[in-house]
Amino acid sequence: MDFIADGFIQAFKMLFAMDEETMNILLTTLRLTGVSMAGILLVGLPLGFLLGYFDFPGKRVIRTVVDTLLALPTVVIGLLVYAFISRRGPLGEWDLLFSVSGMAIGQVILGTPIVIAYTATAIEGLDSRLRLTLMTLGASGAKLALTSLWEARYLVLVAALTAFGRIIGEVGSAMMLGGNIKWHTRTITTAITLETGKGDFALGIALGVILILISLLLNISLSFLRRRTQN
Amino acid sequence: MRINKKSSIIALMLVVCMLAFGSLATAKAPVLRMATTTSTDNTGLLDYLAPILLKDTGIEIQWVSVGTGKALEYGRNGDVDVVLTHDPAAEDKFMADGAGANRRNVMYNDFVLVGPANDPAGVKGMPVTKAMATIAAKGQPLVSRADKSGTHSAELALLKKGGVKDFDKAKWYVQTGQGMLKTLNIAEERKGYALTDRGTFIKYQDTLKGKPGLVIICEGDADLLNRYSVMAVSPLKHANAKYDLALKYIDWITSSKVQKDIANFKVSGKQLFFPTAEIRSGH
Repeated sequence: MDFIADGFIQAFKMLFAMDEETMNILLTTLRLTGVSMAGILLVGLPLGFLLGYFDFPGKRVIRTVVDTLLALPTVVIGLLVYAFISRRGPLGEWDLLFSVSGMAIGQVILGTPIVIAYTATAIEGLDSRLRLTLMTLGASGAKLALTSLWEARYLVLVAALTAFGRIIGEVGSAMMLGGNIKWHTRTITTAITLETGKGDFALGIALGVILILISLLLNISLSFLRRRTQN
Repeated sequence: MRINKKSSIIALMLVVCMLAFGSLATAKAPVLRMATTTSTDNTGLLDYLAPILLKDTGIEIQWVSVGTGKALEYGRNGDVDVVLTHDPAAEDKFMADGAGANRRNVMYNDFVLVGPANDPAGVKGMPVTKAMATIAAKGQPLVSRADKSGTHSAELALLKKGGVKDFDKAKWYVQTGQGMLKTLNIAEERKGYALTDRGTFIKYQDTLKGKPGLVIICEGDADLLNRYSVMAVSPLKHANAKYDLALKYIDWITSSKVQKDIANFKVSGKQLFFPTAEIRSGH
């Protein structure tokens, strides 16, 4: 049992000493989630708005597809994206495999359905009179969309945070697409996998602590937002 | 006020995008991508060599460490520029298929059979093939990487030589499908035997810091030699592979200076790899 205690002690020492490797892993993770979240929001918000705001034939089918994608296993995403970005694949020229950009592609695919589904639900839940009011005031197109998204802002933020929570804790596609390259594509989750496999627990626990702290922060802000929406 | 809020959202999104994409565009030294085996990575050899490479040649190396089989597969796909592996038979095939170029010997170490200190199968000191056959006959756990790595190939060859058959579904044959250090940890948990390269085993013991774990059961057989070679990914198959960088790397790692560096690499005061670049590959 002492290796667990040792691990925690060493973990906190590493955290406070700003151990270079730990910091690099943390920064890589933040960089990756930053790129991914930008992609997820840029794709997910407009699509979510369209899906929630307009009625069109086939809407229910699309809704079902999006809901199914919510449960897509991360290793399947990893496999598919790998096939595309391997130098042998159709996007091979772009040199995306084993890079943060390649990992981000996987995470965008992972997180976007979450944002689409939650945003659509949020927009659907808006008071229908809002649309009429906005149109009476002469709003249209992007302005209409932005105002509606703004009205649904707390739920949209919950959508974004949920997507963030899913991608930051994800290991399957990160491992396959990033290759766990030290100083470059090693993230918190892939590093924990590696260190546990090596029987080297300190770094694993240090990173685990960081991940738990991030989840905690996320949860606190989520419940804060929920309360604000309900009021 | 509403307009202000909306523009603040837009501004926020712009900032996020700028942060995200700005971080992608950082200037870099030429990057060489290598696929290699878990043994060279787990022992720390690559961490030790990478800064020397950067200093000597200005090349930054990034490596993915997987089993030899997968490393060669990455080479075949052109997902890396150079491979460093230890399975002569699989490497012969890689070269014969035209997937690789300029194969050179780099170093060797040896395999050892490790197991629980109390040696439940009673095979200590036997020739390794006989030891493995005895372990099989007694149904003691033999933990295999089973991941088409160089070590896995060597283990299969030894089992074949020892006349062990039908082990794939045998209860005593534990197939982990994972890297060497992981497999050693699983062997320790299961009180089983495992074939490993000596370098990784020294690293494993070093991590344990004197706590009891697996010990060496068989060593020193001629059957246990473990040769590493380096190969460039063929520029004929993959025009976008960085062949010139790969050649520079191969020249560098086989140079007498770096060969000395490899000999000087030690864990717990023990030499892990023995240079062999001066011996031309026999193929």
